[in-house]
Parts: sequence; C-alpha cells; structure tokens
Amino acid sequence: MARTVSRGSKIGWTIAAWLVALLIFFPILYAFITSLKTEPEAIAGFSLIPSGTFENYVTVQTQRDYFKPFMNSVVLSIGSTILALLFAIPAAWSMAFSPTKRTKDILMWMLSTKMMPAVAVLIPIFILFRNFGLLDTRIGLTVMLTLINLPIVVWMLYTYFREIPGEILEAARMDGASLWKEIVYVLTPMAVPGIASTLLLNIILAWNEAFWTIQLTTTNAAPLTAFIASFSSPQGLFWAKLSAASTMAIAPILILGWFSQKQLVRGLTFGAVK
Amino acid sequence: MNLKTFLLGACSAVALCGFANAETLTIATVNNGDMIRMQGLTSEFTKANPDIQVEWVTLEENVLRERVTTDIAASGGQYDIVTIGNYEVPIWAKQQWLLPLDGLGEAYDIDDLLPAIRGGLSVDGKLYAAPFYGESAMIMYRKDLFEKAGLTMPDSPTWEFIGEAARKITDRNADISGICLRGKAGWGENMAFVSALTNSFGGRWFDENWAPQFDQPEWKESLQFYADLMKDAGPSGASSNGFNENLTLFQQGKCGMWIDATVAASFVSNPKDSTVADKVGFALFPSKEGVANHGNWLWSWNLAIPASSQKAEAAQKFIAWATSKEYTDLVASKEGWANVPPGTRTSLYNNEEYKKAAAFAVPTLAAMDAADITKPTIKPVPYTGGQFVAIPEFQALGTTVGQLFSAVIAGQSSVDDALTAAQATATRDMTRAGYIK
Repeated sequence: MARTVSRGSKIGWTIAAWLVALLIFFPILYAFITSLKTEPEAIAGFSLIPSGTFENYVTVQTQRDYFKPFMNSVVLSIGSTILALLFAIPAAWSMAFSPTKRTKDILMWMLSTKMMPAVAVLIPIFILFRNFGLLDTRIGLTVMLTLINLPIVVWMLYTYFREIPGEILEAARMDGASLWKEIVYVLTPMAVPGIASTLLLNIILAWNEAFWTIQLTTTNAAPLTAFIASFSSPQGLFWAKLSAASTMAIAPILILGWFSQKQLVRGLTFGAVK
Repeated sequence: MNLKTFLLGACSAVALCGFANAETLTIATVNNGDMIRMQGLTSEFTKANPDIQVEWVTLEENVLRERVTTDIAASGGQYDIVTIGNYEVPIWAKQQWLLPLDGLGEAYDIDDLLPAIRGGLSVDGKLYAAPFYGESAMIMYRKDLFEKAGLTMPDSPTWEFIGEAARKITDRNADISGICLRGKAGWGENMAFVSALTNSFGGRWFDENWAPQFDQPEWKESLQFYADLMKDAGPSGASSNGFNENLTLFQQGKCGMWIDATVAASFVSNPKDSTVADKVGFALFPSKEGVANHGNWLWSWNLAIPASSQKAEAAQKFIAWATSKEYTDLVASKEGWANVPPGTRTSLYNNEEYKKAAAFAVPTLAAMDAADITKPTIKPVPYTGGQFVAIPEFQALGTTVGQLFSAVIAGQSSVDDALTAAQATATRDMTRAGYIK
C-alpha cells in the first residue's frame, strides 16, 4: 500500500535534505569563495563575500604548471581504476557465485588491509619502488593506487553481484556459454549500474589520494594532490592561493561527479529495494 | 633524400643527443618568496650551463622534511639538492646524510658568509649546506603609536620596558593590541619565540647532563611574563596566531609591536601589502635587565646535497650559483635591491645601494650579529641552537611542550601546571632517547 506523505512533511524533508547537502558541500564552496579573496581577506576571518579577484588563479597558473599534474591525475585515476576492475570483476564473481567456507574470511582479510595506517608500510614500499625503478613513474603509482583501492572495489562488486540471481548464470551455462562469455555477456551487462558506480567512486578515490601520490613522486608522475601541497607556505600568506589551487584540482572530478550523479546514485542503491 | 634534408636531420639528431645528455637536477624546496624568485631565474643558470637541466619540486615544509628524510634514509636518490633549515643541517651531517660542499669554487668567497650562519651549517670545520636566506628576530614597532604614548624605543630595549610600553599602547576600543607574539603550538611556531624569550631570561632547555630545566625559576619567570603580557596587551585568540597571522594583524595596523623573524621587516615595510609601511621602526630582540642575552634566534634556509645524489658535481655548481654574490646582483637587477635574499653575506650589508633600498638592513644585521647559536644562553648547555635545540628529538618534544604553553595563552591551563607537565614529558622523552642515563 502506498504511503501518503503530507505536503508539509515533504517540504520539511526537502529543506532538511538541502541543509544536509549544503553542510556537506560547504567546505568546497568556502574554498571556492576564499579563492576569490585577497590574501589579507582570506585570513581576516569568516566571510562569505569575497572581493571577487581572480588574481589568485593567475598567480597559481604563473607559478606552476597545471597541465602536467592534471594529465598525471587523469592517467593515474583512470589507469588504476581499469586495472582494479580487471582484477576485481573475476574475484568478485568467484566469491559471489562460487563461495567457499573461507570466502567471508578472505573478504574480511582484504578489507583489513585498509585498516592499517599507510605510513606503517612507507619504508618497505619505498624500497621496493626504488629497487624496481618505479619511483616517480606513472606505472608504479598506477599499480599502487590499484592495490590500495582493490579491496573496496572487490567488496562493492561482490555486493552487487550477490544481487544477481545465480539461476540466470546457470541458464547461460546450460546454453553452452563458457566462463569468459558468462562474465562478459551475461554478468557484466546485468551489473552495469554497480560496475559504473564502482568505477566512478574508484576514480574519485584515486584522484583524491594524497599520501602515496606525494610520497612516491617528485616531478614526472606528480598529480594534482602534489600541485595543491606546493602552495602551502612557511613564510607569507597563502590561503587564497591554496584555495585557488584546490578549486582547480577538484573542479574536474566535481564536474565528472555532477554529470554522472544519476548513474552513481543508481549504482549505490542497486538492490536496495526488491 | 637531398643534402638539405640530411643536414637538417643530422642537426636535429645532434641537438636531441645534446639534450638527452644533459644532467637533470631535481631540487626539493619550500614555497616562499625567495625560492619562487629563484625558480623564475633558473633559466639564467641553465643558459650558462647548457649541460644541466633543473626540475623543482615544491612541498609544504613538514611534507618536505618527511619526503627528504625517507628518500635519504632509504637511499632513494630522488633529489640532488634539498632545501633544509639550520636545525637539520648539523643533525643530518653527523648522520652522514649530506655531502660536504667542498667544490664551490674559489670565486664563491666562502669567507663572505655571515659567521653566525656559516657556523650553524658547519660540522668539524666542513660546510654541509649553503645559505640562500637567513634571519634572526627583532622588534618591529609602530613609531606613530609610540610617539602618541610619549614613548621612545631604545635601540636595545629590556623586557620590562617592552611590557610597560605594550600595556600603555593597548587600546581595545580602537582594536589595537600593544604587542603581537606567536601563540600557535609548534616547535617552529610558539616554541621558537618562547625558547628565545627564555634564553634572554637566562633559562635553558637542558643542563649539561641533559636534565630538563622547566622546574627552574627562569622558565617560570619567562612563561609568566609571556602569559601576563598576552593577557594584558595581546590580541584576542592569540593562542592560534603564528607568523602569518601576526603579520596580517601588524600590516592591518592592529599591533603596536611585533617581535618575530627579521624577514618580516620587508613585508611590513612594503606599501603594497602594509597599511603602516611608513610608520615602522626596528629594534633589537629585548633582553632582561641584568642578563646580557638577546635570545639568539637564528634561522636560515639552505641548499644541501643528499648523500644519495648521483649528480653531486652538477649540484655543487648550482648551489654555488644560487647562493653567490652574482645571484644577489642578478635579483637586484631584475627585481630591485629590496627583494634580494637577506641574511647570508657580509658584502650585502656593506652595499650602500642595499642599505638605501632596505631601511631594515642595518637592524637586521645587528640582530644577526647579536645571535650566537653555539652559546644560546648564559648558562652552559650541551646543545647548539638558539630558538631550537639541535637534536633529532626536538621536533616532537618542542611541539608537545608548545601545545602545553599554547593552552596557557588560551587560558586553559596555568603556568605552573604547564611547566610541571613539560618537565615530566621532557624527562620521559630524554630518558627514553638515552640522553639521561
């Protein structure tokens, strides 16, 4: 039976939803506002009205090259996401459709690797990268980002795959589909919303990763996170310039998220209502 | 293929080979005005040295320390030149993480480096880093407010005078605080000021046997003086003010005095950023009556070569250029004398053009000459360093103690409680680190 919602309650919930959304979005909005202030204005205290200067954007562009770290961010986030999906789809498939007694333990173990602080393995990873000549390379960092996001990707895909009835795959098998065909032609199309939202979320996570991308790069593979970090200054004012650099760094991913929000929401709520 | 095409191709190939053979130096640095300027002028160096290319990596100060430490400790070899402070230089040199700079060339004129700065960068008589910018601390004050209050700033004032003057100038209705001092917690923030203040009160961090001294009367006296002064004449929210926040307050005309790094003199005197540019006077870091000590604040940003670099020769060539007298002349010719990196060479302070362009030149030199990091306080100490203690443990310890003292300024803790906690923390840390047997 459909539940009736009163007009007043609907308006109330809408306002509440907007307030929560604004609260979550506020740091980004304030960074943007600060980027339009002069340095003394930026440090003077809380104010939502900037003087509207674009000087910080000009300074940021003049002082540092934006294009190279931007391209590195694009290559690293897309590359690591594709690589992660290549490993995660078969892994999640096997765990969702051919579970064993140990599947839950394996999933928990994978997730537990995310619980360790990254800095705890900095030196061993650094030495491995040095020995394999991977320091400051896109390949090395792509592998690193793949590895750190893989547990989340596997978990998300596993959750989505579990929602797909196993009978459909059995039917495909009875029709003579090989394992590869089963994954490519039956499973993947059915799990597209889930895969798409995993892909988008992973791109966002990889784009924003700011520990390994700073620790393992210098000039060649440094992405936008390193670009932002370079504007913090021990001497003189920097908040407005830092905000301009941050706005420039997050703008592409924000636009991507905006355009793909339908897909993202569809994927995240996939299987929530049966 | 005709001859013309062949020659063109051959020329391109030769040019490409030349480029491919060029050595690329990777330099890790911090984001400050002098370094940004140097990055802009790097083309002058590469023009004169076509076989060397330069790549800059700019990082936040703490991230830079972390990155460079990891790289050197694990022999990553990612950096050929690193920008480090005079706190790190002796520590890293003793651990053999840095190469001695013994190939700077005869024209470099090493004896021209300010003795105090050079001393802080040398271990066993060898120079391990070359300074490109140096600073001490001094008083910057508003001449107009002093005149209005009927006060005259002595060249070498005492803390007693500063305390009285700050309280007299304070005008809460006009939003003017008599004095602005660092309160933000951190070994390089409030502890830089408080350590120098306590040095000038005759206090010390450790005695000759590395026993912490927070239970001694000098610390109680200096911290009480600082807390009372900030309460009576400091700006609101002083416990979160660091260098940048106080700079803004002073530039906006909200501070009667500001005691901080000499580099700030050029910022507060610059009419583009400062509303009080033409009203600023300078005086030496205060001392306590009867104690002949001006705090011994001395800091420099320096260029050094990590032991893991494979391009030491080219790196020394760059360092020799970037910290030379010729580089100073280059900056002066492009951006004016007021913008040359200060505090490293005696010759700069003998330069009449510089002294004319920078009213703060003479007081800056006086402040730097008054600082001696080998003898930070009047009592004997087992360490070097003025506003810091040059031991690896100081970063963590200094920040912990800084948090305790910042809480005093915020009114969350008493002077006695903070000193008791600091004594306990320092004793525990120094025992664990093996200094106290």
